Amino acid sequence: MIKFLFKGLMRDRSRSLFPILTVVIGVMLTVFIYNWINGAQFNFIDSNARFNTGHVKIMSRAYAREADQVPNDLALIGVQSLVDKLQEEYPDMIWTPRIRFGGLLDIPDAEGETREQGPVMGMAVDLLSAGSNEPGIFKLEEALVRGRVPQRAAEILISEDFARRLKVQPGDTATLISVTMQGSMAVANFTVAGTIRFGVEAMDRGAMIADIADIRAALDMEDAAGEILGFFGDFMYRDPQASQITTRFNAAHGDDPDEFVPVMDTLLHQAGMTDLMAMLKMFSGLVLVVFIAVMSLVLWNAGLMGSLRRYGEIGVRLALGETKTHIYRSLIWESLMIGVLGSLIGTAVGLAESYYLQAHGLNIGFMMKNASLFISNVLRAKVSPVSYVIGFIPGLAATFLGSSVSGTGIYRRQTSRLMKELES
Amino acid sequence: MENSYLIETRDLVKTYPMGEHTIVALDKVNLKFEKAEFTGLVGPSGSGKTTLLNIIGSLDSPTSGSAVVMGRKVEGLSHKQASALRNHHIGFIFQTFNLLPVYTVFENVEFPLLLLDYSAAERRKMTMVALDWVGLADRTRSKPAQLSGGQSQRVAIARAVVKKPALILADEPTANLDAENSHHILQTMERLNRDLGTTFVFATHDEKVIDYLRRKITLFDGAVAKDERMEPQRPGGEKR
Repeated sequence: MIKFLFKGLMRDRSRSLFPILTVVIGVMLTVFIYNWINGAQFNFIDSNARFNTGHVKIMSRAYAREADQVPNDLALIGVQSLVDKLQEEYPDMIWTPRIRFGGLLDIPDAEGETREQGPVMGMAVDLLSAGSNEPGIFKLEEALVRGRVPQRAAEILISEDFARRLKVQPGDTATLISVTMQGSMAVANFTVAGTIRFGVEAMDRGAMIADIADIRAALDMEDAAGEILGFFGDFMYRDPQASQITTRFNAAHGDDPDEFVPVMDTLLHQAGMTDLMAMLKMFSGLVLVVFIAVMSLVLWNAGLMGSLRRYGEIGVRLALGETKTHIYRSLIWESLMIGVLGSLIGTAVGLAESYYLQAHGLNIGFMMKNASLFISNVLRAKVSPVSYVIGFIPGLAATFLGSSVSGTGIYRRQTSRLMKELES
Repeated sequence: MENSYLIETRDLVKTYPMGEHTIVALDKVNLKFEKAEFTGLVGPSGSGKTTLLNIIGSLDSPTSGSAVVMGRKVEGLSHKQASALRNHHIGFIFQTFNLLPVYTVFENVEFPLLLLDYSAAERRKMTMVALDWVGLADRTRSKPAQLSGGQSQRVAIARAVVKKPALILADEPTANLDAENSHHILQTMERLNRDLGTTFVFATHDEKVIDYLRRKITLFDGAVAKDERMEPQRPGGEKR
């Protein structure tokens, strides 16, 4: 019977083409939007983890309270022993200390007088130690626009846009004017080794990347760091595992009232990420519900039109002895065939579009001019195993709902009128 | 079985409300049909032919009285039981053929067998036999739109007889056919009646059909005006 119904569907385009197109479009959009949101979510997590939060982050309790102000006077001290201890206790994690700092970057002329000057947001990371993970975490080779990655002490990278604004070339000298950990003025000279563009507006506006040893020396932060970031070895964030590590770490220091005791936080608990992720999850769910509702309405209407067109056929089937329930079920089977076929095609098209956007991305830098979020300017879709099946939820649910409602008309058909109806 | 008749109606009454009035479509109809009859219900429009056919075919139920078809009281059948009766024992032939347009000739004839859960091999064999009976075994792959009116009605006959029902109800089966095709169709049905023992009950005003009947029941205002056994008047004066 199913084969018989399938043949009928395929041969009668008025019965199959419009509903299949409806499902294809709905499923395609669902898959595409799901992957898009998935990509945005991955982008948020990945960019924030690499540039800001890590998968977990350790700060002093006092620093954590005012982290937005980058209060280096409240930074952790005795960092090396703490990192060694962390490596010992959590050997699968990568631990790396960082110092964030603000200041002015002064570009001198040939006489040593200020030629250009601009505010800079600095990040001191381990660039020069053998086996350091930071160049990889920051993807410096990929981000490099001009010059080279620092290979010696006192070499820095600055963002390309910032460099153009200050008319700085690789090889030029730049002077950092900032504040030491104790609050006195700090001045240090560096050589610009290269320029970078991360594709993250918050970093590209005016960032400076320096080796942590140089900044410790400049800011008088010997064996200190504002924060220690921890990453999972595969750089994929797993919240339950991160929470577990955080709970364990904090439990060990929970009773200590010292303001400078180290505290750990997960990525999702920093910078409002929990709310952001909840919002994205809600959007994903909303997309599904909206598409199920819209497609159901369209397919309900298509089912009603189909019932009118097939009035004679259904009458004959009733006369031949097919029960109303059997016909009703066959209409649902037909719609499920349409749902499966439409979902397969829609998923294939949606995945093709998603893979394209996963590879090439869409530049939304023009929308991010004043953004302080660590989010890549190039939004990419992200295809996951769920992407292959997500479209089937609205595809099948909508066709089922649409035909279930429109098909109930069959129960209002009176067999006593069949002869007259079939003669007309 | 409650009796030996294929169909028996007792004081069959069917009325329809029409505003404040009641239309009497059938008025105490008492009829008995034996197996292998070739009977016509004749009469003017509104005489109750189609209503009687509807009740015999378990498509409708009487207002009062009783209609027993193959031992089953039509008035007591649920929708499912009525469907089962039609599905297993009754074939229908309509004036406008009512073939399923997207399916081939073979598939149209095969369809009632799908509802009866025959195997694919059995369906194929029975369908080909039915198409052979009506002389369309070579048109299995044609679509209804590619057939003439006469051929379409022959497919409809094959669809009605494929499950070898005891009873075939035909409502004005020749109304849309020319004389030659009408005779062809009627000869086919007469042959099936003779060879398979299938009972045919027609509702018709077509004289060509009446010429083939062995029993003619004339209805007038819902009542049986005349019930006569007759010798078929074959075209060209041939007697049966």
